[in-house]
Amino acid sequence: MVVNPGKGDRLWRGIVIAAPYVWLLLFFLVPFGIVLKISFADPLVAQPPFSAFFDWSAETGGKVLATLDNYRFLLEDKLYLVSYLKSIQIALISTLLCLLLGFPMAYAIALTPYPWRNLLLLLVILPFWTSFLLRVYAWMVMLGKQGLINQMLMSVGLTEEPLQMLYTDGAVYLGIVYTYVPFMILPLYATLERLDLNLHDAAADLGARPLQVFRDITLPMAMPGIIAGCLLVFIPALGEYVIPALLGGLDSLMIGRTLYDEFFVNRDWPLASAVAVVLLLILILPIMLFQRLQQEAEA
Amino acid sequence: MTNAKGPDSQSLADASSATPWKDPAQKPFIELKSLSKRFGQFTAVDNIDLKIYRGELFTILGGSGCGKSTLLRMLAGFENPSEGRILIDGVDITNSPPYERPVNMMFQSYAVFPHMTVEQNIAYGLKKEKLPQAEIKTRVQEMLQLVQLSQLARRKPNQLSGGQSQRVALARALIKRPKVLLLDEPLAALDKKLREQTQFELMNLQDQLGITFVVVTHDQEEAMTLATRIAVMDAGQFVQIGTPSEVYEFPCNRFIADFFGKINTFDATVVASEGDWMTAKLEDSATEIRTRHSQALAPGSRCTIGVRPEKLLISTEAPTAPGLTVTRGVVEDLAYYGNRSLYRVRTQHGRVIQVSAQNYQRSAELLLEWDDEVFLSWDSSCSVVLTG
Repeated sequence: MVVNPGKGDRLWRGIVIAAPYVWLLLFFLVPFGIVLKISFADPLVAQPPFSAFFDWSAETGGKVLATLDNYRFLLEDKLYLVSYLKSIQIALISTLLCLLLGFPMAYAIALTPYPWRNLLLLLVILPFWTSFLLRVYAWMVMLGKQGLINQMLMSVGLTEEPLQMLYTDGAVYLGIVYTYVPFMILPLYATLERLDLNLHDAAADLGARPLQVFRDITLPMAMPGIIAGCLLVFIPALGEYVIPALLGGLDSLMIGRTLYDEFFVNRDWPLASAVAVVLLLILILPIMLFQRLQQEAEA
Repeated sequence: MTNAKGPDSQSLADASSATPWKDPAQKPFIELKSLSKRFGQFTAVDNIDLKIYRGELFTILGGSGCGKSTLLRMLAGFENPSEGRILIDGVDITNSPPYERPVNMMFQSYAVFPHMTVEQNIAYGLKKEKLPQAEIKTRVQEMLQLVQLSQLARRKPNQLSGGQSQRVALARALIKRPKVLLLDEPLAALDKKLREQTQFELMNLQDQLGITFVVVTHDQEEAMTLATRIAVMDAGQFVQIGTPSEVYEFPCNRFIADFFGKINTFDATVVASEGDWMTAKLEDSATEIRTRHSQALAPGSRCTIGVRPEKLLISTEAPTAPGLTVTRGVVEDLAYYGNRSLYRVRTQHGRVIQVSAQNYQRSAELLLEWDDEVFLSWDSSCSVVLTG
């Protein structure tokens, strides 16, 4: 065994540690810096379609041309506030639904003996083997007026007229929960699997009824998994574009769609960038707050 | 169920509170009646009857898979018996859920709640009883003092040592003032020094609180030192129930004799039998052994005679006292332990006998050396007849 790493070893260690940071720098921080810069510009009908950040010309001697107009506009036009709120609402409710659905599933998997457990885990991951877009289209086929579900309901006689299911908020919830529930199940399974079942027996032995055991022991012990799963569902659900665009109605206006429209329909890059920056802030602030709270709790 | 009786067990007259199991008038505190537990085809506990008396420190001893843990889990209420009844203090609790039983358990893994402080762990059981806050607080303080954890009340379990976690688990169970405390391998996870200390602490606590303890263990030493009585379990049934000295000195069969410490065994044929005594001839030599037996064997029947290594005397000169069985041999191997030495002696008949001798004298040289010619002797009352 090498006790003192040689120069070559140290170099490799440095590279291994640096690699993810370089990745983050190149593919997250740099693009985000560009988007942030554009969000302070004015839209122009030009190539590129926004004004410069710096004025390099000799007569002004270098001047920052930043403007907060875009952010001001976000506050003035109700459209943006409405789509942010709608996105937060849909993401929150979807996350909750994923939790309610995913927790019992993850728990059941964690309690299933091998080799059945591997099979169940495989089934959770299986949908990822087909294209995400294809699966959303499949839902369109099933939910449509002439879709599978309506045909079944009518043939059984539960309804005379086909129900309007596609292009509703309900379809958006369904699509998001269907797509993201594995992201809830997997981290929950990882924590529940390590749960010492003796703790449940111990709590019951000390006088706790089954529901109290769940509240006092299972739930707090599963909290890291619950938080991880909720973040994994909430973050992508908040910026979700495809599902509301395909399954949602005109009033399921989520911020992802607004963002798309600003970029590609209105070609207002600076405003779209501002929308994106605010979206990121909405995501980052609660996470940072949560981490702060957790650190305080541990100290 | 076999209940080995020591030679002095006829003295029922002095059957007092110290030995309630000898008094038929005593009411048992825990009673198992024809208790069985089957998992599919496998019978873990097989038609067991048992009486445990108030204030006993009763130990169930056996190897892994003998059914002792299943028995304990049935007492705690985590498993439902397939057949039979469980009574505690006269109340049938066979079908009560764990949270309604007057029984608490200390788990082998301790199962201390990792997300609660020491204090919260200990208070948990009382909170479930919905006692007033003030009472919970005083009782937790008392319990913390009893197990000497007052300084660590605010700690989380991951900041505790193994011994401290064990005391939390113990305090958490005791604070409920259970009628019976169940302990699953209470000392298994502790290192040797701590085991001895904890062993005495447990015995003192039990004495102080008067709670009936039922201990499950695979460690015969742990069972011997802790217990008022030991039940040795094998394949779902009790092989022998008795005090530690009864099962050690009067093992009912070879399994028990082997299980507790070392024993030299000799195959023999019964020659004559009168009263409590019988004479048997060893199979491979002419040596006749006179010994006491617990159940009469007909002349001509075969048996095993056992002698514990420490019951044998080893000497360089022929012993002359009457009533001794004597044989000659050569020291083949010896191990020096400081306080005692263990000798392996090959007899003239080619048999190897183990002898354990206290080192009374202080000497830098060994009293006996390899290849020394020695005499082995034992008193007739020291050998035991083993059947089965």
